Amino acid sequence: MDLLYHIFVDPFGQMAAAPDLLVQTLWEGLVSGVLYALIALGFVLIFKASGVFNFAQGIMVVFAALTLVGLHQKGVPAFVALVLTILVMLALAYAVERLVLKPLVNQPDIILFMATFGLTYFLIGLGQLMFGGEPKVMIANELYLPKGSYDIKMLGGFVSFQKIDIAAAVIASIMVATLAVFFQHTRIGRALRAVADSHKAALSVGISLEQIWVVVWFTAGIVALATGIMWGARSQVEFSLQIIALKALPVLILGGFTSIPGAIVGGIIIGVGEKLGEFYWGPLMGSGIESWLAYVIALIFLLFRPQGLFGERLIERI
Amino acid sequence: MKADVKPIPVSASAAAIAPGDILLSVENVSLSFGGVRALREVCFDIRKGEIRAIIGPNGAGKTSMLNVINGFYHPQEGVITFKGRRRHQMRPYLAASQGIARTFQNVALFKGMSTLDNIMAGRTLKMRRGFVWQLFRHGPARLEEVEHRRRAEGIIDFLQIAHIRKVPVGQLPYGLQKRVELGRALAMEPDLLLLDEPMAGMNLEEKEDMSRFILEVNREYGTTIALIEHDMGVVMDISDRVVVLDYGRKIADGSPDAIKADQTVIDAYLGVAH
Amino acid sequence: MLYREAGQFKSSYGSDMAIFPLRQDRIGLAVILLVAFVVIPLSMSSFTLNSLMIPILVFSLATIGLNILTGYTGLISLGTGAFMGVGAYATYKLTTYFPEVNIIVLIIASGLIAAAVGVVFGLPSLRIKGFYLAVATLAAQFFLSWCFIRVPWLYNHNVSAAIEVPTRGLFGVPITGPNASPVTRYYVVLVIVVAMTWFASNLVHGRIGRMWMAVRDMDIAAELIGIRLYQTKLLAFAVSSFYCGVAGALMVFLWLGAAEFESFNINESFLILFMVIIGGLGSLIGSFMGAAFIWGLPVILRAAPETFAIPIHAATVEQLQFMIVGALIIFFLVVEPHGLARLWQLAKQKLRVWPYPY
Repeated sequence: MDLLYHIFVDPFGQMAAAPDLLVQTLWEGLVSGVLYALIALGFVLIFKASGVFNFAQGIMVVFAALTLVGLHQKGVPAFVALVLTILVMLALAYAVERLVLKPLVNQPDIILFMATFGLTYFLIGLGQLMFGGEPKVMIANELYLPKGSYDIKMLGGFVSFQKIDIAAAVIASIMVATLAVFFQHTRIGRALRAVADSHKAALSVGISLEQIWVVVWFTAGIVALATGIMWGARSQVEFSLQIIALKALPVLILGGFTSIPGAIVGGIIIGVGEKLGEFYWGPLMGSGIESWLAYVIALIFLLFRPQGLFGERLIERI
Repeated sequence: MKADVKPIPVSASAAAIAPGDILLSVENVSLSFGGVRALREVCFDIRKGEIRAIIGPNGAGKTSMLNVINGFYHPQEGVITFKGRRRHQMRPYLAASQGIARTFQNVALFKGMSTLDNIMAGRTLKMRRGFVWQLFRHGPARLEEVEHRRRAEGIIDFLQIAHIRKVPVGQLPYGLQKRVELGRALAMEPDLLLLDEPMAGMNLEEKEDMSRFILEVNREYGTTIALIEHDMGVVMDISDRVVVLDYGRKIADGSPDAIKADQTVIDAYLGVAH
Repeated sequence: MLYREAGQFKSSYGSDMAIFPLRQDRIGLAVILLVAFVVIPLSMSSFTLNSLMIPILVFSLATIGLNILTGYTGLISLGTGAFMGVGAYATYKLTTYFPEVNIIVLIIASGLIAAAVGVVFGLPSLRIKGFYLAVATLAAQFFLSWCFIRVPWLYNHNVSAAIEVPTRGLFGVPITGPNASPVTRYYVVLVIVVAMTWFASNLVHGRIGRMWMAVRDMDIAAELIGIRLYQTKLLAFAVSSFYCGVAGALMVFLWLGAAEFESFNINESFLILFMVIIGGLGSLIGSFMGAAFIWGLPVILRAAPETFAIPIHAATVEQLQFMIVGALIIFFLVVEPHGLARLWQLAKQKLRVWPYPY
């Protein structure tokens, strides 16, 4: 009885007792949700266009951020470094297309998925080799990213909204909107969707797989860079970030693997759910349930809707 | 109209159903997917020991009918009676264990395994040795394997696929794959064999071979066969009775000659509006 | 033409069904076993045994476990590390409560516990398929990893959250703990691994292996020939987790001598997965090759600079290792997606006609 009270009644009581804390937690959840969504977005892009589940998205985020910071450390002015990093991501897209995707065209998806594992390892080594393994500070100032916070008096206490978080949410929304429009309403977007459906069919109508893939991986690279800047500005640029990228998986489960709006919705649900869970229910179990809560949420979800929120129902024709 | 269904406890097995008696019957089976009505109140029966053809234009619901018999699709209405037991719906495992085997339009073989392994897989239901014996293999499990291997080889000889028995089926040409699939179905020693377009994509010779196999299976083992087929020549030659579906409805049912002369059937195939 | 089947006729189904039907293969197997049991312990140093042979055996066992689940049954799992951890921690607790009981028995028992945990986390496989199931196994991985640090009972409330292996013996000889010699430990691990490989081989070559492969290749068709999907999948989870659990227990008790929660994290899961991929999905011999490759390569890479007197900083070697392993994985997948096992088969094909070209 006591246990049931603790699980089902007490946390809500706590929420009501300190509404400013609740809003703060919700905001934190929203922000981390948006950032998860950004990572998920990178996955969705690549999956939508090539059917490849790019496990390396996480390390691409880190790698992009590292390149930016590393170049700046070597004396390159901030915005020049930004442009150079974009070029590096373009080069990476080309390299991946030439060395990984092209040789593996028409192989089953699981092979391509495993190849991105290899890519992850490779980029971890390369990143450490080129820029060193210690955590670095994101060049937030130099990029004119907002600092400080709005501390608003509300609901009996203070709620603090970090300006960088607001900026992250805004940038993410803009990216999502742009990408959604791009996919639905442009020629290249249509070609991307064709490629995701069937490589062979796309080839046979004259779509150049190579170009498409370079475009897609480059776009994913830009998204990774934006994500890296935002994540890095909030904490630090370090390699453990790429494990956090795994959190994008529950996001993808909720939002579907091919839905751009789904990535946002999924991200927010996971982000908020995680933070609320950790803050109000965490103390019951010992802290740190953030490490697995997202996955369990996704798992429970899957039991009721095996194809995710926005995913397409797989009808197997016999 | 939902029939009053209480499973009649039948102590008699299929052996008690004499050749000529009804082995399977479907009554008023209706099936819809969303807005599409695949089957509408279809009634027909299959007698033990006969070769029953199910024909009709594309999209008539023939494969859906087989899927209902198998238990893949669950009809919204209707009753399926197999070996005397009445059910609202079948389930795949139940169908298999009760003696229904099936082949598919698009060959559903286990592409990662060889011909022999696929056919041995068909023996799964007959193999009894449990997990612990399997761990040790030598001893009862191995003896069982050899015994079933013998049966499988019998089928392989019958279908003349001995020369490809160790080849991974993914590498075989389409015609041979269909034969292996038939072999796998036969390995189950079924009472009712459902064949979904067994001749599709075959040339004349292959069709003759396949027809011969089907006829022999029916005569040698007494297996009841229901087949979907588009080749009218084959249907007329080998089937005992024919049921014709069109737009999910049964429009004719009878001997091949009767069907051939039936105006409704001719209209359906020629696309005359009705 | 040393390696050929010509002249080797099988006069019974039984002999045709043997796992090594060719005499040359049987000789080869005998040679390998001879080398493993006699040559290696005599010729290799304690250091090599400890840092190369024992871990390769242990990881091979875990790889076989994951192969059963992913290679034979087609269920992608990213929770291997966690299941290994369950085996290790279970053995630790069991031996704490029953210090008199033979440690091998306890290891087997913890394998069973790991199997039970595996079945629990495999329950979603009824409804969830393919890639989504992989994410469910991630839930298992992260949750269990969390348990390994948040449940102090597991590590006997040790302040450092690590477990240290007590001395346990077999027939009076210490086989775990600081007094156990590498040779002793090597033999124990070898015997266990050989025995369990034999069981795995029997399983996959018989009815159960066919059921698993049928589920992997086309589960709809599998249902139709009377295979119960759910039971088959859960059996795969159980057997796979058993193997991984035992491997985890061996890793801690007979190799490292200690462990902490980091030992069984997600990186461990990826490591084993790489071994399965490189070795070849659905191949037992591939499991050994994959483990040897993935484990042996960094060891060789680390030793190379000294051997060839190239002055490279240790950290750089570490980073190069990552790059080389990553690049090699991609390379392998491009050149031979079915892994080393397939390459080995191709080599044998060539041997059949050697010295003729075809």
